[in-house]
Amino acid sequence: MADGTQQPPQTSNGWAQPVPKVKVSHVPEGAVNLNVDGRQLSGPLQGFGPMWQKTYSIVLPPGTATPEEAIRVWKENFTDFWLPGDHFYGPLSGLNPGDVALINSKESVPGGLLKLSTGVMVVYADDTSFTLMTTQGHPFSGWVTFSSYEAEGGTRVQAQVLMRANDPMWEFGMRFLGGHRTEDRIWQHTLSSVAAHFGVAAPISTEIVCVDKKIQWGRAGNIWQNAGIRSGMYMTVSPFLRFRSAVRGSRRA
Amino acid sequence: MPQPQLATNVRKVTDDIAVLDIEGELTAFADKTLTDAYTLATDDGARVIILNFDNLQYMNSSGIGLLVTLLVRVNRTKQRLLTCGLSDHYKTIFELTRLNEAIGTYETEADAIQAAQS
Repeated sequence: MADGTQQPPQTSNGWAQPVPKVKVSHVPEGAVNLNVDGRQLSGPLQGFGPMWQKTYSIVLPPGTATPEEAIRVWKENFTDFWLPGDHFYGPLSGLNPGDVALINSKESVPGGLLKLSTGVMVVYADDTSFTLMTTQGHPFSGWVTFSSYEAEGGTRVQAQVLMRANDPMWEFGMRFLGGHRTEDRIWQHTLSSVAAHFGVAAPISTEIVCVDKKIQWGRAGNIWQNAGIRSGMYMTVSPFLRFRSAVRGSRRA
Repeated sequence: MPQPQLATNVRKVTDDIAVLDIEGELTAFADKTLTDAYTLATDDGARVIILNFDNLQYMNSSGIGLLVTLLVRVNRTKQRLLTCGLSDHYKTIFELTRLNEAIGTYETEADAIQAAQS
């Protein structure tokens, strides 16, 4: 896997620089770069559905890892800790503010009917936490903060998602087609992988809070950027484009 | 859980407007401190909450998350949330996280009060 970006825009105190549009400067081999380049970042305020805060955590026994160690290992192995069968194309150097990562996922689409292409940007990173913010069209609009701190009983390691489904279609999928369960599975698997890395089988605690029940109907238009629809269209059309390109190539030869 | 490194002071500047002075570090551990200050201001009848960041030392992404959830509470009770005193750095962070689209930011407390009264 290769770098997803070059010279990420970075500012002080661990934050990335604001970007009007996300720029993917390098696409790793095997990755599909769709629905990321040229898109805006999209936070929990820009989404459509109810706002959820989901916290998945484990406690590593004392002496297993310091918070700094846990986060360093998580950053360095983020790709390997990802759900099998899905791909998180992050930079080799770990995750630094301004880095853009591509996500090619079958799990995120209910029924695994197509491979979703989307992405995230690292908006914040320090020694004990880092945050990924989604791009327009992603199933959810928001961010995920991965953090670790000393707690009672050891070192707590957690992923906290603050999100709204991005548009009416993703909201339907979240509510009725198991989208929320899929998300739970993704982060529970990731945390299990972190624990396994340290040779621990820690139970995973899941806390889900509906922060805002309100649907933001004014954001229904986000559906035009829906990465699932666009990935589906790409999958449908791309064989014809490849065929046309091959025919043109053979004519030139 | 580590102790919060945040202190707040609630000042009522008019019947409807309360200023919350934020001093120190706004991180995940500041949740209760911030919520208590907001509750105090609201219980005292404030319809507009101004967060004064003049003495903010540090804010991480969890701190931004706290502001999002605070904004939801404020909107739910038909209050308004404004900020003042953000450094250029944190104005940039508001832009990055697109909080600036939902929370009014003003240079000084006087500017924010004037906006709240208009």
